[in-house]
Amino acid sequence: MSNTINIDGQTIPFQEGQTIIEAATAAGVYIPHLCHKPGYTPHGSCKLCTVNVNGRNCSACTFPAAEGQNIINNSRELTHDRQKITQMLFVEGNHLCPSCEKTGNCQLQAVAYQLNMVDNHFPHFYPHREMDASHPDILLDHNRCIFCNLCVRASAEKDGKNVFAISGRGINKHLIVNSASGKLKDSAIDINDCAAHVCPTGAILIKRTGYQVPIGQRIYDHQSISTVALTQEQEHGE
Amino acid sequence: MKNFIQTVLAEAEYQPTRLLQILRAVQTQYQHIPAEAIVYLAEMLNIPKTRIIAVIEFYSFFHLTPQGRYDILISDSITDLMLGKENIINYLSAVLDVKVGQLSKDGLVSLNNTSCTGICDQGPAALINGYPVPRLDREKIDEIATLIFQQMPVTEWPSHLLVVADNIKKSGLLLNNLITSGSSLTASLTRGLPDTLDELEQSGLRGRGGAGFKTATKWRLCAEENSDQHFVVCNADEGEPGTFKDRVLLNSFADQVFEGMTLCAFTIGARQGFLYLRGEYLYLKHKLEFILQQRRANGLLGKNILQQGFDFDIEICLGAGAYICGEESALIESLEGKPGIPRNRPPYPVSQGFLNKPTVVNNVETFFAAAAIAVNGGAWFAQVGTEKSAGSKILSISGDCESPGIYEYAFGTPIRTILNECGAKQVLGVQIGGPSGVFISNQELDRKLAFEDLATGGSFIVFDETRNIFDIVKNFTHFFAHESCGFCTPCRVGTSLLKNRFDKIVEGHGSAGDVVELELLSKLVKNQSHCGLGQTAANPILTTLERYPELYQQQLKKISYEPGFDLDAALDVARRMAHRNDSAAHLIQVED
Ligand SMILES: Cc1cc2nc3c(=O)[nH]c(=O)nc-3n(C[C@H](O)[C@H](O)[C@H](O)COP(=O)(O)O)c2cc1C
Ligand code: SF4
Ligand code: SF4
Ligand code: FES
Repeated sequence: MSNTINIDGQTIPFQEGQTIIEAATAAGVYIPHLCHKPGYTPHGSCKLCTVNVNGRNCSACTFPAAEGQNIINNSRELTHDRQKITQMLFVEGNHLCPSCEKTGNCQLQAVAYQLNMVDNHFPHFYPHREMDASHPDILLDHNRCIFCNLCVRASAEKDGKNVFAISGRGINKHLIVNSASGKLKDSAIDINDCAAHVCPTGAILIKRTGYQVPIGQRIYDHQSISTVALTQEQEHGE
Repeated sequence: MKNFIQTVLAEAEYQPTRLLQILRAVQTQYQHIPAEAIVYLAEMLNIPKTRIIAVIEFYSFFHLTPQGRYDILISDSITDLMLGKENIINYLSAVLDVKVGQLSKDGLVSLNNTSCTGICDQGPAALINGYPVPRLDREKIDEIATLIFQQMPVTEWPSHLLVVADNIKKSGLLLNNLITSGSSLTASLTRGLPDTLDELEQSGLRGRGGAGFKTATKWRLCAEENSDQHFVVCNADEGEPGTFKDRVLLNSFADQVFEGMTLCAFTIGARQGFLYLRGEYLYLKHKLEFILQQRRANGLLGKNILQQGFDFDIEICLGAGAYICGEESALIESLEGKPGIPRNRPPYPVSQGFLNKPTVVNNVETFFAAAAIAVNGGAWFAQVGTEKSAGSKILSISGDCESPGIYEYAFGTPIRTILNECGAKQVLGVQIGGPSGVFISNQELDRKLAFEDLATGGSFIVFDETRNIFDIVKNFTHFFAHESCGFCTPCRVGTSLLKNRFDKIVEGHGSAGDVVELELLSKLVKNQSHCGLGQTAANPILTTLERYPELYQQQLKKISYEPGFDLDAALDVARRMAHRNDSAAHLIQVED
């Protein structure tokens, strides 16, 4: 028997063990996400991928696909809520997109385009966050971290190094670095590590590569994140 | 330092899962976790240093910088505030010459707030070096100050300062029918374990921790999981402000609670159990250890229980000041020596809990009731209560009433009856189920205690007509922002946004749009959060907005927009720098 789920009226096949987002991606259905990346243990923290499964809100990145699921992904309510959650991420940190090296290549920004976000809506927190420019090749700007945990997972699971961790509680969450000084330069990170390249925002940047592609010619300047994510993430699934 | 840490590590058998216990010992010894200790612990436990820092920074009772040799925490629960907490903390601050949130110059005292001490019936209360000091007044503070200046260890203080009363005011089905030690185990073994589970099913017992999941179903599901190991966990985190019935059950009836855990262990095939005790109840630990020891001596715990070939033992694990650790999967993370961050579900703890093995997590009262049901039978329990809520409920009642304390009522009892019996007068409303529950007004007192109507983990906070709704909601809203674990965006950011927006309105800077925004934001946090904390954090706002919309409206300015900050005040620094204070150096932000 073939296993299927239904997303917004469309019948989609799934394999045992797949999450909803994996089945959706394979079928070419985009569900917004930031903390999910194929090949990484699901985290379920950003909450952008919330879909409604048989009347209940669930994170598509962690929830297993199962026979008989009736899933709503595109609805006014969900798009509204996802937009508000994205706005929360913007006001929580200090995101000065026009002056950020990552602009146009940034997934946070691209998700905001996708969700039609035109302002930040909520009052800014303007937190005091540091920049760690100590490493010769890699820049860590805490102002732009959204606690997606991808660098943490990349370093632990792919690089086997445990360079990063998320510490603190509530709104005081912050990213910490595993080294005697707490600085990146004294950690085990290397420019070729997955952790150095996985960040969906401009929080972790490779030095001396900025502006090699001019603004206006960057990924999301021309393509929506739904198209880009589906192409990249389907390739990964194959 | 290395010698000390070696001893602590040896006691913890070098298990990283015992990280919280290890850090507690280090914190007690050095009044903080020194940087040197972190490096050494990381090396000896073979875990990243960042994991240790993440744990320290997650729990309120751990610190990277030194606290006083007398570390004083004052309960900031709404009931303590109602009993004059502000006055108490200011007086303490003056007498001990230390500012709130700071360490005295000589390093002797630190003074801080804490969310709730679990003694809401005996406030204003403090925790001093982890020990509870209830019913504070100026006289007691003077006495405490003298003891502190003499540098007398808290353990040697006169007992009248440290005694926490049980305050059992009304007993019902369970408290009137206490079982004798071992009787539920013998009864179950005689009847047969499968039949005992059937009795539990027939009793209709639902979890007493709030969510009300059928206890027999939980045990059955866990028992059916195929695994080399199963675990039993008793959730004694009791972090919901206003709830203290588990404290009393453990203080006076722990043997029956442990018996319930053992019964569960037999049923599911567990050899190891944990009592996860909230850090605030440290003072109970010694007594509980003694009871465990007695049970071992009596053949009711340990190897070959009752000569029936069952092995089961219980370990007590202390929390370290984090409300979220009451959430069962966060509790399990904490038991594993990690920050208390709720897991993704599925899988549920019954199939993958502690160390990813099948685990039953139940509330203290649930185990207490299960043991009684095993002795007296399912029908005995089910005859009391309502159709969907069998049996009785033990309540913690505090706030504006003559006799705060513990009350046991059959499910189905009207709230009015309960209020009359605890001596509540001129009631404005009652917070049922703590901050995460509902606020009911004095128009709803005929509603009933039951899962069908007002479900509750057991907290009743009574407010009389002298109280201000906004003081209550403010305290609760700040509580949730402080206790959010920060894992998921809607709760991490949302609870702080709620707090700021609510304060703006209450401080008189709100306009119509702010109330609309407050309500929308509340719904977003409720619908989109990952766990029960975020899903209930907006309840104080939502339940009062629904009942008192006019109160909120009265707080508003009669303009369409009021900015969130004071532009003129913000210019103050610039004025001082420019040595100007003429009228042109001031700006009017909004024309009224
Ligand atoms: C934020 C939060 C805090 C909780 N605190 C407690 C608690 O202190 N004690 C408790 O028994 N259950 C608490 N719970 C409920 C537990 O997650 C769980 O449902 C309960 O322990 C199951 O036991 P029961 O079936 O006996 O009720 C809490 C839940 C949440 C979401
Ligand atoms: S630094 Fe980047 S990858 Fe790491 S948690 Fe922050 S946003 Fe995610
Ligand atoms: S809802 Fe709040 S407490 Fe629960 S996981 Fe999310 S941030 Fe943590
Ligand atoms: S992508 Fe699912 S929660 Fe972040």
